[in-house]
Amino acid sequence: MDLPMSWLGDYTDITGVTPKEYSDKMTMSGSKVEGVENLGAEIDKVVVGKVLECEDHPDSDHLHVCMVDVGEDEPIQIVCGAPNVAQGQKVPVALNGSTLPGGMKIKKGKLRGVMSNGMICSHDELGIEPSRLGYEPEYGILVLDEDAQIGSDVKDLFGLNENVVEFEITSNRPDCFSIIGLARETAATFKKPFNVPEPKVTEVGGDINDMLSVTIDDPDKCKRYCARAVKNVKIGPSPKWMRERLEACGVRAINNIVDITNYVLLEYGQPMHAFDIRDIAGAKIIVRRANDGEVIKTLDEEDRTLTNDDLVIADNERAIAIAGVMGGFNSEIKDDTTTVVFESAMFDAASVRLTAQRVGLRTEASSRYEKGLDYTNTVPAIERACQLVEELGCGENISGMIDVMGNVESPVSIKFRPEKINSFLGTDVSEKEMLEIFERLGIKADTDNMMLYPPSWRPDLLAEADIAEEVARFYGYDIIPTTLMTGATTCGIKTPEQKLESEISTILTSQGMYEIYTYNFQSPSVLDKLNVPADSPLRNQVKISNPLGEDTSVMRTTMAGSMLDTLSRNYNYRTKSAKLFELGRVYIPNEKGQLPDEPRTLMMGMYGGVDFYDIKGVCEEMFSELHIENVEYERLTDNPVYHPGRSAVIKVGDKTLGVIGEVHPAVLRNFEIGIKAYMGELDFMAIFNAANRDVKYTPLTKFPAVTRDFSIVVDAMTPVADIEKVMKKAGGKLLTKLELNDVYTGSQIPEGKKSVMYKAEFKAPDRSLTGEEADNLHAKIVKNLGNELGAELR
Amino acid sequence: MKEQLQAIKASVEAALNDASTLEALEEIRIKYMGKKGELTAVLKGMGKLTPEERPIIGALANEIRQNLESEIDSKKTAIEAKLEEEKLKSEVIDVTMPGNHKGTGKLHPMTQVMNSLKEIFMGMGFSVAEGPEVEYDYYNFEALNIPKNHPARDTQDTFYIEDNIVLRTQTSPMQVRVMEKTKPPIRIIAPGRVYRSDTQDATHSPVFHQIEGLVVDKNITMADLKGTLERFVKELYGEETRVRFRPHHFPFTEPSAEMDYSCFNCGGKGCSVCKGEGWIEILGCGMVHPKVLENCGIDPEEYTGFAFGIGLERIAMGKFNINDLRLFFENDMRFLEQF
Repeated sequence: MDLPMSWLGDYTDITGVTPKEYSDKMTMSGSKVEGVENLGAEIDKVVVGKVLECEDHPDSDHLHVCMVDVGEDEPIQIVCGAPNVAQGQKVPVALNGSTLPGGMKIKKGKLRGVMSNGMICSHDELGIEPSRLGYEPEYGILVLDEDAQIGSDVKDLFGLNENVVEFEITSNRPDCFSIIGLARETAATFKKPFNVPEPKVTEVGGDINDMLSVTIDDPDKCKRYCARAVKNVKIGPSPKWMRERLEACGVRAINNIVDITNYVLLEYGQPMHAFDIRDIAGAKIIVRRANDGEVIKTLDEEDRTLTNDDLVIADNERAIAIAGVMGGFNSEIKDDTTTVVFESAMFDAASVRLTAQRVGLRTEASSRYEKGLDYTNTVPAIERACQLVEELGCGENISGMIDVMGNVESPVSIKFRPEKINSFLGTDVSEKEMLEIFERLGIKADTDNMMLYPPSWRPDLLAEADIAEEVARFYGYDIIPTTLMTGATTCGIKTPEQKLESEISTILTSQGMYEIYTYNFQSPSVLDKLNVPADSPLRNQVKISNPLGEDTSVMRTTMAGSMLDTLSRNYNYRTKSAKLFELGRVYIPNEKGQLPDEPRTLMMGMYGGVDFYDIKGVCEEMFSELHIENVEYERLTDNPVYHPGRSAVIKVGDKTLGVIGEVHPAVLRNFEIGIKAYMGELDFMAIFNAANRDVKYTPLTKFPAVTRDFSIVVDAMTPVADIEKVMKKAGGKLLTKLELNDVYTGSQIPEGKKSVMYKAEFKAPDRSLTGEEADNLHAKIVKNLGNELGAELR
Repeated sequence: MKEQLQAIKASVEAALNDASTLEALEEIRIKYMGKKGELTAVLKGMGKLTPEERPIIGALANEIRQNLESEIDSKKTAIEAKLEEEKLKSEVIDVTMPGNHKGTGKLHPMTQVMNSLKEIFMGMGFSVAEGPEVEYDYYNFEALNIPKNHPARDTQDTFYIEDNIVLRTQTSPMQVRVMEKTKPPIRIIAPGRVYRSDTQDATHSPVFHQIEGLVVDKNITMADLKGTLERFVKELYGEETRVRFRPHHFPFTEPSAEMDYSCFNCGGKGCSVCKGEGWIEILGCGMVHPKVLENCGIDPEEYTGFAFGIGLERIAMGKFNINDLRLFFENDMRFLEQF
């Protein structure tokens, strides 16, 4: 909402308050100021001049040399190229050193050899729209009124010495979408008197009831409808002061009747509409619901198709306006309009909001209606409109007003408990001070019964807390003391899951992994890029019904796509290597009407100088840190994201923790990654459940360990995990450590076989193990390896 | 014999003075005190002495031997120290060369900021709560006093899954979820992701992060709200930071406020960072609306509370001087390495 500061003067007096002070204080009392714009800020040193002489330039066929009186001791010489410049005119003169909108600077200089000490300006050069002037000026320089004072600032002539304050009005304060509402807040903030003169209408006889009837078909959606008629209307431009105020508020001046409706909208916050009575068929206004599929062409000449939930203003035959949103093209004010019907009505907020949404029109009117307006405001607003008609001399007010009521909410009363307000705010404001605040805001107080009655324009004041806020606002948010909470102490803790998240993050970063943040929604086609089959459960995704675009339309069921996108981006930025992880969520749909599951997922990915065993090593370090034991890695051959020979499923007992592997080359191509990449996707809660947080100390033994080397040959396809299983079983508790030293295939090893070398450590907790015991264990292990895996000693 | 011993002593001492290497020292030791050494030879001849002379000369011989041994030892230590010193001189490296790295990774800047905020609030007795991102309309709006068709829904362009299921537009639904389950006293923060249908640009993202805070107890006042949040900002930005509370409107708090802090860059004088205002907005807050308390089965006559919501991206952008929100979600290594 834009407020020209000069307009405030109609209702209150803040003379001497600078725009900065004004903004600061208003912001602190709850009317947030977004900024103050000085309308003429870009125009400097442009004054009214009088052309004393105007002669042709000796060396040009279109330039003129003018002597212009700009209120200085001597007239100045200006070369001017406008065809319409002439002796005797009053014109805007940009003096030497002046600035014009767009940052243009005017300096004296020679034009074709003749000195020019400034520039005579056109309306365009001054940035003045024809709507502000009230007419379309002729091509060339702007010719000013005869009575303009020579030497005076031209900004004064066009109302450009104006500071316009831009407010951010919150949705609970529809009353502040008006100059009067803001003036009331201003007066309350600065503790100044506030007065809105009651509009007086001079009537010329006749009776509107003989000309028109109004019926409300839906009293819930139309809460009040007031109408007045004006005859002998002369459509023309509205006066300068009105045009300037409208323009200052960003509203284009059109003609006197339309300008009056807009002026009242701004001043009172009450949307108005004007119909040409010739277009109201049967002289009947019916406020009814639209028929499904009913079409109306609105003022912007667009056809709008309505539904039965939309409210229209109709005559006997057709809709002539969408209630609270926009008038119909068929009943608009025309140049030859002679009798006008003003509408000042109150429509249901939700209904207007939904209709505006459905037809895709958000207007000055609808944006006010949808916040809930004051039904008592319709009468003063329409009276004010008729008063302005008379003031502007653009018509005669027919006697009488039609005023039809719908269903309105009953007024609210709130208990007044000053001590409760103080204990709520932590303040010590006296009852007297509170009552003063209420008075300034129009809240009526009955101190005998300790009851408060908020004014009709404050639909937001419904309960005690709302009253407390009013006290706080005008007592001063900044004066309320600052205290620390008393009462029972609480312990600030994280949940075990949150603790594990931090732990995992620490472990992974210490492994050289960088944390990333990716979007949780993506394109459904990401699953295609991951080569996920059509019947995969991953295809069952949570879909956003109103996505920004296809690319962000489904919630991910796997984080692989997010990771690959990130790896791809880095690869394509020519980053040589990346090791990344993210603790995120995937979204698994449940039945309709139920929230999806949001399992937490640990996603890891890396490329550049790494292989499968690097990502596996990261996992192993993590499991070791979390004391997860007996982790098994089984080959995975059927996950389409991964290389079928280089991926594994990670298990602890019968619980699956996740998968790791080399990314399938086809998937890499789909994501435009030209290097081998490795990923792991782990179920966070499975890690959580497997993690052992109950670690106990094992006594250190002082007895020495005995080591033995194993060098065996097995089938090349035998996983070392199988070898270790056999060795551990045979070695029993005395086998305390097993270290894989080498795996070798090649010369000296038969085709289809591999050589595997282990160093084993044997240790007893209660004695020194003899060499013989170790030898026996060695022999037993070798024997079992032979029996179970066909392994031979090398 | 006595004279003989004294002469040996003198000549050893003279030789030691001249010795400058460990080898020379060893020669001296062998020459005098080795198996065939001169002193050893003298001691071997002790048998020829009279019983009266034997203890006197014996004592003298032993004394001389011990003295010589210790002199040789100390000379040896001195030479060794000198040698080591020379050796170290030859072992100079270029200490300005880079160190060896195992290469640790880093937490995302948002996590770093989130962690520092969590720590501040945990220190004030706030526990950390979490909840779903795909949320019922009821928790995201209705229970927070934002009924269907409420204009406040306009400002939070919502992604819908079904009619009554949305991607949460704020972390505030956690207020309701916590109050439904927990009896006062309540002190929680709820960090998390939120979603609004804003097209991505330098200052907008359809996904961003908030931290919600909620306190409910007997006798909680607006002064407590001010005190707690002022404490928070001073912890975050330093003791000299000032705050101001501006009246604002949120449907689920009353009174409501927005909190600004004095610009970290100019200290409040006004500069380009704070757009000349001297203040930077950091959070929205207010006293929990009695209706919201009622919706959660808490009697507003007995209990009061306050709530706040902090946008994390804005804080992270300010802290790290980042001017484009998109960087957080691009995960360019060159970006991630900087924090």
